[in-house]
Amino acid sequence: MSATTERTARRVLDALRRDPLAVGGTVVLVLLVVVGVAGPWLAPAGVNDVDVDQMLRPPSGAHPFGTDELGRDVLSRVLVAARVSLQVGAVSVGIALVAGVTLGLLAGYYRGWLDSVLMRAMDVLFAFPVLLLAVAIVAVLGPGLLTAMVAIGVVYTPIFARITRAGVLSVREQVFVRAAVSIGASDLRIMRRHVLPNIAAPLIVQTSLSLAFAILSEAALSFLGLGIQPPAPAWGRMLFDGRGFVTDAWWLGVFPGAAIFLTVLAFNLVGDALRDVLDPRQLTLAEARRSTP
Amino acid sequence: MARFVLRRVLQSAVVLLGVTLVVFLLLQLVPGDPVRVALGTRFDPQTYEALRARAGLDQPLPVQYASYLGHALTGDLGVSFRTGQPVSRIVLERLPATLSLAVTAVVFALLVAFPLGIVAAVRSGSAVDHAARVFSQFGVSVPDFWMGIMGILLFAGVLGWLPPSGYVALTDDPGRWATHVALPAVTVGLVTASILTRFIRSSVLEVLSADYVRTAEAKGLRNRVVILRHVLRNALIPVVTVVAVQLASLLGGVIVIEVLFAWPGIGRLTFDAVQARDYPVLQGAVLLVAALFLLVNLLVDILYARLDPRITVR
Repeated sequence: MSATTERTARRVLDALRRDPLAVGGTVVLVLLVVVGVAGPWLAPAGVNDVDVDQMLRPPSGAHPFGTDELGRDVLSRVLVAARVSLQVGAVSVGIALVAGVTLGLLAGYYRGWLDSVLMRAMDVLFAFPVLLLAVAIVAVLGPGLLTAMVAIGVVYTPIFARITRAGVLSVREQVFVRAAVSIGASDLRIMRRHVLPNIAAPLIVQTSLSLAFAILSEAALSFLGLGIQPPAPAWGRMLFDGRGFVTDAWWLGVFPGAAIFLTVLAFNLVGDALRDVLDPRQLTLAEARRSTP
Repeated sequence: MARFVLRRVLQSAVVLLGVTLVVFLLLQLVPGDPVRVALGTRFDPQTYEALRARAGLDQPLPVQYASYLGHALTGDLGVSFRTGQPVSRIVLERLPATLSLAVTAVVFALLVAFPLGIVAAVRSGSAVDHAARVFSQFGVSVPDFWMGIMGILLFAGVLGWLPPSGYVALTDDPGRWATHVALPAVTVGLVTASILTRFIRSSVLEVLSADYVRTAEAKGLRNRVVILRHVLRNALIPVVTVVAVQLASLLGGVIVIEVLFAWPGIGRLTFDAVQARDYPVLQGAVLLVAALFLLVNLLVDILYARLDPRITVR
């Protein structure tokens, strides 16, 4: 780690520590990761333990979040479903980050026709409301965990490509890049060693905010039955299955939704705090363009 | 200005061409034979051959695309694999429901976001400002369908004031339409309002620190005049874009909300098409939405250029 990177990291940590909301968000995220990893062991009951004698029971000592229409323990299902949400969020944003940064680097660095072709392609993807495109992709590829991750990854790629390209365009005119070119450094080396580190800040911010939106999108997809398939638990799917009973069994609507809300809120709070430190001028994805599902 | 408009129209046309290509390719991504998959247990050789020929699937790919594009230009988006009805008619039939929901939601959002965003900026740091920030953070983090379920729980279940779901056309019975649209529109509207509030607040804050505002204050204009005549007029220009983009994306059908509230709009149609593997309807709905989205964005850019001529030189 270079001295500059170390200094920036320290500045970010200091700023996050001073922001109580960011601290709260970070604590929630750490807890979530623990639940994501250890969910099956923390869960008091098996996620698919059907018990017809215990159908639609309100929260009690035995079932703190109540039971669902098949008598399954809601708390256990909420805990185990955390892993699915985090997994989809991380993998899909990972796909969008790698694909978007690669395309943005190529477009911004080489410019010319390659830039035009790639950016028009990104414009085309941007012309679809986010969730609609994800639904269409999952619909044709077949519902499931993998296709949901690919679909969400694809729809969030353009935003990373645009941010990267904009960064590259300003960095590539800097003296240190021209110096690297003049001593004969390869394009790959220039992009990796000189360009990428200098456009990392907006990308880090965008990654954190995109995680929030990716998790919301996953919840929406699984609400529509297009995410991970039953009987595996997913928060969105639990809300969909419980929606018919919700006026009689409020706990089926409250707990899985609260889990989604807390997760997304935590990512947003940390993302906002990172933005304030690293890249104050950047708009959130929501402000830049939020397609309500 | 004319050159700017021409350039934007051409750009949009190119993107629209790309959109048709993506929508066309969707059908090609279906693993296996899409007609066979769609027919499922209703398979019979005659229907199968007829649908395949109608969809042009017996032709080479480039020919298929050219024919798809040609037909789309004349408003022919193929026929439903399920009902055999023209897709364009099916999709357009669903537009009024989505339109009435989207417009109601945006009007509600504006009624909330304008006062809140402006007061939050003018009284920056006050209790209202804090409330606005909590509200906007809440709005971008809450899943809208969860808020919808909570709304059903409260207003349909506990209080019994509103129906939990369903649709009545505005033209059939405005009163019953209003009770049915209230929950879905408020649900969608609150999320939209939270985004707008944040945007309006930062836009007003930015203008408040401009030199001409200081000049207006320095020459002794009353606060009210400064805010109304100098601040708002300039601060609201960028807001136009955000409002329009929000409206455009709502016109695209709020799939999850329409499914939750059994609202028969474009979103619900998309969902039903996915369930029934009715790919032409899915393609038609997606194409219409994307085209609408592009059109609104184009109009907004032109309007924006009129409101702020500096845009055309950038």
